[in-house]
Amino acid sequence: MHDLAPLTALGSSAPQRDTIGPVTITENPDRALASVAARLGQDAACTKALASVLGTSAPDVAQCVQGPALGAFWMAQHCWIVDGPYDLDDPQTDLAARLKAELGDMASVTDQSGAWVRFDVHGDGLGALFERLCNLDMARMTDGTARRTMIDHLGCFVLSHRGGNTVYGPRSSAQSLHHALITAARSAF
Amino acid sequence: MNRLPTGGQIDRTTRLRFTFDGLPYYGHAGDTLASALLANGVRLMGRSFKYHRPRGVLSAGSEEPNALVQLRKGGRQEPNTRATVAELFDGLDAASQNAWPGLKLDALAINDRLSNFLTAGFYYKTFMWPAAFWEKLYEPIIRRAAGLGAITTDADPDGYDRGFLHCDLLIIGAGPAGLAAALTAGRAGACVILADEDFCMGGRLNVETHALGDQSGADWAAGVVAELASLPNVRLLARTTVLGAFDHGIYAAVERVADHLGQPEQGKPRQILWRIYSGRAVLCAGAIERPIAFANNDRPGIMLAGAMRAYVNRWAVTPAQTVAVFTNNDDGHRTARDLMAQGVDVAAIIDTRADAPACDGVQVMAGAQVVDSSGRLGLKSITVRQANGQEHRLSIGALGVSGGWNPNVALSSHQRGRPEWDDAIAAFVPGGALPQGMQVAGAALGQFSTQGALAAGAGAAIQALSDLGKTAQAPDLPMAEDGEVRITPFWHVGGTKARAWLDFQNDVTVKDVTLAHQEGFRSVEHLKRYTTLGMATDQGKTSNMGGLAVMAELTGQSIAQTGTTMFRPPYTPVALGALAGRSVGRDFRPTRLTPSHAWAVEQGAVFVEAGMWLRAQYFPRTGETGWRQSVDREVRATRGSVGVCDVTTLGKIDVQGRDAAAFLNRIYCNGFAKLAVGRVRYGLMLREDGIAMDDGTAARLADDHFVVTTTTANAVAVFRHMEFARQCLWPDMDVQLISTTEAWAQFAVAGPQSRALLQKIVDSEFDLSNDGFPFMACGEITVCSGCPARLFRISFSGELAYEIAVPTRYGDALMRRLMDAGREFDVTPYGTEALGVMRIEKGHAAGNELNGQTTALNLGMGRMVSDKKDSIGAVLSRREGLQEENGLRMVGFMPTSPQDRVIAGAHLLEKGAALRAANDLGYVTSACYSPTLDSYIAIGFLKAGDTRLGDVLRAASPLTGHDTEVTVVSPHFVDPDGGRLRA
Repeated sequence: MHDLAPLTALGSSAPQRDTIGPVTITENPDRALASVAARLGQDAACTKALASVLGTSAPDVAQCVQGPALGAFWMAQHCWIVDGPYDLDDPQTDLAARLKAELGDMASVTDQSGAWVRFDVHGDGLGALFERLCNLDMARMTDGTARRTMIDHLGCFVLSHRGGNTVYGPRSSAQSLHHALITAARSAF
Repeated sequence: MNRLPTGGQIDRTTRLRFTFDGLPYYGHAGDTLASALLANGVRLMGRSFKYHRPRGVLSAGSEEPNALVQLRKGGRQEPNTRATVAELFDGLDAASQNAWPGLKLDALAINDRLSNFLTAGFYYKTFMWPAAFWEKLYEPIIRRAAGLGAITTDADPDGYDRGFLHCDLLIIGAGPAGLAAALTAGRAGACVILADEDFCMGGRLNVETHALGDQSGADWAAGVVAELASLPNVRLLARTTVLGAFDHGIYAAVERVADHLGQPEQGKPRQILWRIYSGRAVLCAGAIERPIAFANNDRPGIMLAGAMRAYVNRWAVTPAQTVAVFTNNDDGHRTARDLMAQGVDVAAIIDTRADAPACDGVQVMAGAQVVDSSGRLGLKSITVRQANGQEHRLSIGALGVSGGWNPNVALSSHQRGRPEWDDAIAAFVPGGALPQGMQVAGAALGQFSTQGALAAGAGAAIQALSDLGKTAQAPDLPMAEDGEVRITPFWHVGGTKARAWLDFQNDVTVKDVTLAHQEGFRSVEHLKRYTTLGMATDQGKTSNMGGLAVMAELTGQSIAQTGTTMFRPPYTPVALGALAGRSVGRDFRPTRLTPSHAWAVEQGAVFVEAGMWLRAQYFPRTGETGWRQSVDREVRATRGSVGVCDVTTLGKIDVQGRDAAAFLNRIYCNGFAKLAVGRVRYGLMLREDGIAMDDGTAARLADDHFVVTTTTANAVAVFRHMEFARQCLWPDMDVQLISTTEAWAQFAVAGPQSRALLQKIVDSEFDLSNDGFPFMACGEITVCSGCPARLFRISFSGELAYEIAVPTRYGDALMRRLMDAGREFDVTPYGTEALGVMRIEKGHAAGNELNGQTTALNLGMGRMVSDKKDSIGAVLSRREGLQEENGLRMVGFMPTSPQDRVIAGAHLLEKGAALRAANDLGYVTSACYSPTLDSYIAIGFLKAGDTRLGDVLRAASPLTGHDTEVTVVSPHFVDPDGGRLRA
């Protein structure tokens, strides 16, 4: 086990949590991400194999799913982001490597764990918060919806699941994205 | 005092103190600034734009052209605010504008005496000569004299939000039509947004005395609003102006969240700019009354008759104790009746119609006209010419004028739909192509009766929902007034040489329109620009029709033939802060931070913006008094031992697939098909036109897996370019791309001790010897006992160097570990300045050289463009014009005196040649002081530069005045044979 101490995207050793009015915004650094893109001509096979890995169907356009261990959301045509727990104790067995082992030449797999910051947003009134952040229609963001959008100029994914929303944004702009979320929450509540 | 003892929708139990021009007054909750001033007997509220004529309130709504005031002080000071829509709050500080030294005695009122000279087109005709006077003399004087309010130079302390709303049905305006539409759609369960610019929904229902069923209009409106508020599917946006109708059912609206407060609550915005995505929209924006022009019709106290009625009924204010009404339609009579019902003395109704109906309790002068008025700072009397030609004077304090009502068509015309003339109401109604999904109902469509508006609103909602596949039923609507419109168009009183105002805000008179016609400016668009009719904050809401009518008279055309000017957003003025939203100051755009940012902050680094990235520019140490000292030290330390620089910002693109190598072979102009696994190659990519686009490296991690690096600046552009090629040019290739710029923290470790430093942190099973990991090697390794990492032996500095990458979350820790481990080597962090110095010393091209105008040949890399394969840009790079032997070539320059500074951007000339374009031989692109050579050095592009080594030239900058004698040298100042790289 190596001895390099990780930092969260917001630059701390522990994730930040903010409760503003009815909403709680929590940085979630404990997820590993990997992109899965079907190789040419392998769309169907890759989709099927991914379903097997996930334990549920691969998400369709603008959807996210959660399997027993892994979740995934649609990113582009025949391209998904798979997420699972980030194993700090054994980063060698990273998610991307495991997926590549399962999918072989059906897919190109790239580790994306460090590319994104994730904020989980829970509470009542998410619509009032997100209407000040992005152009998604929250009334239509039912559980299992995943949409790409812009939040304060940042390209983000917003996933609606488990009664809350997850925002994935570019990790290097984590502080800007956090500022946007906090400012909008203070404005809304 | 003009506050009526009873009535109105003000809260008389709440007394609000406010000031106007420093004098204290009191009003009530529910007042606007205009109603409160009128209640306090203040009729004079401003001065006109050009003639500085005394002006009072004309309207009771957002169409107000006259009563423009300045609100608040300091950073919250807001000019040109309409007193008619400024909601009164305790402590409101209001001031008049465009007057000096005071509102009552204004020095520039002299302009009024000079009005014969200051006619339409005065500026264009007068300030023609001498030309040099315009910018230095005329314009400053005119700017000082003109304008209305003054903008504050203090920063706005308030926040503004931007947001996004979605609905099935957007209803614009909450008058009778809008409320009926909202009730219909709301009860049907549709997602409804009802927006109204007023703080009290109800529109004209709040200002009229007609009953709706057994209720007053205001009570019915309040009941409906209460029901709508209880529906979860209905969103009520009061104090919200829909500013514009855009494509695909999208509307912009500003919600004034806190303009009615002294200041916003902590953390809350002052205003929100909403973008509303609607399935359908119903425009229920009502109608705007128009005045009749007559001599001196602009005095304080002369106002629209409907506004006078509104002040009496809604705010319990009469503008004066004795009033009269001048009208061409029955609606003017309604004003007289309402005022008399409130005990106001109505001296007469002057009705231009010969067949004007009688009105109980007041004399109706049928066929009469108001031909003049008097009263310097406020109306004292009017002169009436009766039908028989006799004139006599009426002493009154206020005159209500009604020339009829114009449907408020503005939003219906934002997609270039042209209104159509309706003879029945003598006004334009919405016409042509309405914005997608829009219907119009109520007075905005010319349906002026309350009953008609209610029915039309409900009908429009049913139709709109039907279009969306939903069903709705009309609610039981109350019986209401259903009178017909009776009007005889009458636009202005003729037969006078005195000025009769059409546009109060811009001081445009009937004479000005006549002059425009006389001088050939007859198109309405020309008329507008020549006279300024309909410009500025009110956009001619009360004036355009009058101007068009006068022009129509003059040209002999109908008003329909004359047409209207173009309607454009925004409907009413918008604070720039609302448009900016939260994108101001430090939040103007997001910031990107490198993984070692926190560590660099601890070191006291000075940062520079590189796109959105904040990069450490240099790391000053105690005792260093200037950036040069720091940078020189960092360069010497790196070249002398080892330095570390965060290079995470370089773009990284993961390229995978069976055809990854073939794909890169087409993207880069040099060959990549045969690059071995575990090796890195420098690559140059060209645009389609053969110009260099970007450079970087591609590392082959596996047969089907590459990592491409780009410059920081072009990371996004290169990714987009490659995606375009993948998806559109070669969709048959098996290639997948994804950015990994943020996924890896990457550090350059450069200098003769770089290997020794890395050997302390790279796990021992990885051989870093020169044989085991030679120049341009790459590999996936582990560091610090198992942390996954990637290592590339590449060098931008020209030294023995590596770039090492770890997952981003470990970047901070790795930087600290490198510093700890490197202590024995005096490891030095270096920033972008030292990075730049070292690459110039090495002669590496960067953004300054890859400037979108240069080719591989210009860059000295012509032979890299392989002729053994095809690649993007290869063919066009061989164009004759790009192959000239005398073309620009990248070379180095050293000043003949080492301490003479060479400036980037300097142009190259022969010694003794004059500094002009004809003698230009090229230009310097990058320059720095080289601590390695103890001299200024530079690189740049020189005509046939490769044949001129040793020549002495001038490097002169006409911008900075630098003029340096330089010798042309190789651009590779340091280690030209590359021995250090391969050590």
